[in-house]
Amino acid sequence: MDLRTLWQHDLAYSFRRSPVTIAAAVLTLLCVGGALLAPWIAPSNPFDAASLDLNAAFAPPGWSAQGSAGHPLGTDDQGRDLLSTILYGARISLGVGLASVLLAMLLGVMLGLVSGYVGGRADAFIMRIADIQLSFPPILIALLIDGVARVALPAGVQDSIAIPVLIFSIGISGWVQYARTVRGSTLVEKGKEYVQAARVIGRHPLAIMLRHVLPNVLGPVLVIATIHVATAIITEATLSFLGVGVPPTNPSLGTLIRIGNEFLLSGEWWITVFPGAALVTLVLAVNLLGDWLRDALNPKLR
Amino acid sequence: MTSAPSLLRLEGVGRDFDVSRPWLNRVVEGAPRRLLRAVDGVSFEVRKGETLALVGESGCGKSPLARLIVGLYAPSRGRIEFGGVEISDPARQAAAAPLRRRMQMIFQDPYASLNPRWRVREIVAEPLLVLGLLKDKSDIHERVVELLRQVGLAPEDGEKYPHEFSGGQRQRISIARALSGRPEFLVCDEPTSALDVSVQAQILNLMSELQARLGLTYLFISHNLAVVSQIADRIGVMYLGRLVELASADDLFARPRHPYTRMLLDAVPDLEMSGRARTPVAGEVPNPLAPPPGCAFHPRCPHANERCRSEPPKLIAHGASASACHAVEEMRI
Amino acid sequence: MTPVLEVEDLRVEFPTRRGSLVAVDGVSFAIAPGEVLGVVGESGAGKSLTGTAIIGLLEPPGRIAAGEIRLQGERIDDLPHERMRRIRGRRIGAIFQDPLTSLNPLYTIGEQLVETIRTHLDADAAGARERALSLLREVGIPAPEARIDHYPHQFSGGMRQRVVIALALCAEPRLIIADEPTTALDVSIQAQIIQLLKRLAREHGAAVMLITHDMGVIAETADRVAVMYAGRIAEIGPVRAVVGAARHPYTAGLMGAIPKIRRAGTARSPLVQIEGAMPRLNAIPAGCAFHPRCSKSFDRCRGERPELRRAGPNLAACWLYDERPVPAQA
Repeated sequence: MDLRTLWQHDLAYSFRRSPVTIAAAVLTLLCVGGALLAPWIAPSNPFDAASLDLNAAFAPPGWSAQGSAGHPLGTDDQGRDLLSTILYGARISLGVGLASVLLAMLLGVMLGLVSGYVGGRADAFIMRIADIQLSFPPILIALLIDGVARVALPAGVQDSIAIPVLIFSIGISGWVQYARTVRGSTLVEKGKEYVQAARVIGRHPLAIMLRHVLPNVLGPVLVIATIHVATAIITEATLSFLGVGVPPTNPSLGTLIRIGNEFLLSGEWWITVFPGAALVTLVLAVNLLGDWLRDALNPKLR
Repeated sequence: MTSAPSLLRLEGVGRDFDVSRPWLNRVVEGAPRRLLRAVDGVSFEVRKGETLALVGESGCGKSPLARLIVGLYAPSRGRIEFGGVEISDPARQAAAAPLRRRMQMIFQDPYASLNPRWRVREIVAEPLLVLGLLKDKSDIHERVVELLRQVGLAPEDGEKYPHEFSGGQRQRISIARALSGRPEFLVCDEPTSALDVSVQAQILNLMSELQARLGLTYLFISHNLAVVSQIADRIGVMYLGRLVELASADDLFARPRHPYTRMLLDAVPDLEMSGRARTPVAGEVPNPLAPPPGCAFHPRCPHANERCRSEPPKLIAHGASASACHAVEEMRI
Repeated sequence: MTPVLEVEDLRVEFPTRRGSLVAVDGVSFAIAPGEVLGVVGESGAGKSLTGTAIIGLLEPPGRIAAGEIRLQGERIDDLPHERMRRIRGRRIGAIFQDPLTSLNPLYTIGEQLVETIRTHLDADAAGARERALSLLREVGIPAPEARIDHYPHQFSGGMRQRVVIALALCAEPRLIIADEPTTALDVSIQAQIIQLLKRLAREHGAAVMLITHDMGVIAETADRVAVMYAGRIAEIGPVRAVVGAARHPYTAGLMGAIPKIRRAGTARSPLVQIEGAMPRLNAIPAGCAFHPRCSKSFDRCRGERPELRRAGPNLAACWLYDERPVPAQA
């Protein structure tokens, strides 16, 4: 498909017509770009212990009287430049968010496909596990897995493995929504005649699931995933805020908010407010994009 | 025709579906299991090169029967043979596989029978790949082009997606797909019911032409007697899962024996406007879950007697045709 | 006598971002009291949309772009919603294709009948129930006193359609619009329902606009028939003349394409085939919409769109039937 037809495609048309969506997309792009390019565009590397200057601690934002241009958003209690920590922190938040969504999606889509196509006992088993998991709040599940990992793994390994464990726990807590949606769509597609035709031709059930059914059930998954990214980022932020997420040596936006929280009432408001604003902006932008995608892909609203 | 060998043979084929309420509900409400006899004791054979049509209204079991024949599910009772070898035994599917390759199916709904995410050339080539008939890419491409031309489409159509085609064109694609593995036997489940009249004519003509050219054998399923008249050599009439009459097309239309067949023929609208007298039709098809005892048709039959209400009639041959009716057997009608 | 329904130059359009699509293009016809007019055509011909426009149930962005619709002499195409709602049901009765969705599954058929009767006629509860019972008897529902309190799902398809017919007749409408009333039913039931509709229309003196793709149903039921193609009327005339001796090449092709029960002894022959397919709304040919598929087309057909003109007992929109001498085939 060449660029012109892409531009004129229904999806692109709906996108062009919604200023809110365009703004959200631009914002998301800025956040993602900033996070990705952090090592190059941040004024300084806040995690390089050598570059820290305790004398610069608690500097207010650049535009206020005591601030300096070198620290446009001020510094935190350890002298780290806030703009840099936000950029690096966003990297962690986004990274963990995206990775855990990917895990949840892979697991959920696979289980949903098997559940819907194979049916019978496998279906009953998978769906009962899903039901049981749904009775727990996702944060609790993530906390649980995280807690178990802390106890089970030797102390020295904990820090380096903290992020993968975090990704794993957030991912596991979120597979059910994908599985359920894909299962429903699979049941519908299974009854359609093109699947029966493939069976008459003699196609192996696995091939039918992956080559025939999967492409037709992925649509809603994309919408769920986009909105799930926002949720995953918030979950990670919450866990980090509670102190059980990423280690403090590699802070995400949530950790930053927690750190800054202590100083909120003593006047150094910027240490918590700016990371907070960054988090809110990122999540809002992703949510708006997800909303647009869901409405745009809904054939009934067209 | 009678000298041609039998290609497909059904003996006492039956299929039940369990439509009971979920286990939990049954236990709590004390409800019994419910079994739907979709197909009940059907026997017939299809000879090589001929077109056998199965007609009937909703609930008669013609669609489940088609699916039993191509192996989408196994029969609950009875035996299906293809080319002399049994193919209905679930325990011997490996032995049946090479025979199954010689049969293919065409479905009713042109909008649901093609995968919307696949290109047409992928759809048509799928049997070739699965059956391992051709390996070389250019060989496959050539065969796909040949098939598309055979069904009246252009070679460029292979690059398009199904939604770019009309209903009639999609059925052509389905036919091309069915033919790609060079089958001998095609089961056609109401292939033109969803199409407009003028498009139906194109597809029926195409199917007749392909049959003559490629030596195909058809099992053609329809609810429309006029369509069937156009294409069938022999016709089987089904009612509530049973075969009630089986005769050559000429015979069936000239001398229908079973009262249901007569009723069906009477219901066909009179386009010649000859003003012929028609017996008013009575009643509706009963609930398949609770079929009437004895002959399933007796509540609607003007010739029903005591025997009809208690004893299910067997399919009995009278010369070249057969019917399952006590009144016919007793020569009352 | 004033016709019950007069449609003049009706034009239904669907504005899209790529321009306006014309789904019904200059359709005119009239139905006399007690007459059954069949409107037949293949999918995309615009016959259902014509019916929907007349009832006033056109879904936006579809709209009536031009033309007039008159019910018993009064214009109804430009009425405000409230007035149209009162006319619908009282003077126009509607029967749609799917009896399952035409009835509300949550109310008994008695409740639905009584509600309609009381909305449009001046009747108290008891009187309305009496009328409902007599209607059910008329449409052939056995044991109506018991069945009037049953829910739609307790009826079979054919019985449900009878209830829908009763519902349409409730308020003694002058016009009944039936859109594919028998398509979802078995063949043997179709025949019953057609007979019923025809008899009741005659007895109640209502005119019927019967929309269907099934020529057989038309042949059995209609007095006159209009054949639609690509949003226009190709031919209109008495049913015998159109079905038996079609003048327009499309109608002739259509009749030839319909399979008929072969008489014994005659050989099987291929059905008449009209090449191609009905044009999509965004690609309707200039001039006569049928000309690319017509074996009899000539120069004039490509450039000028023919209006309905006399062709024997029928009217046909075809240049073959021009009063002026026809030029030699191009």
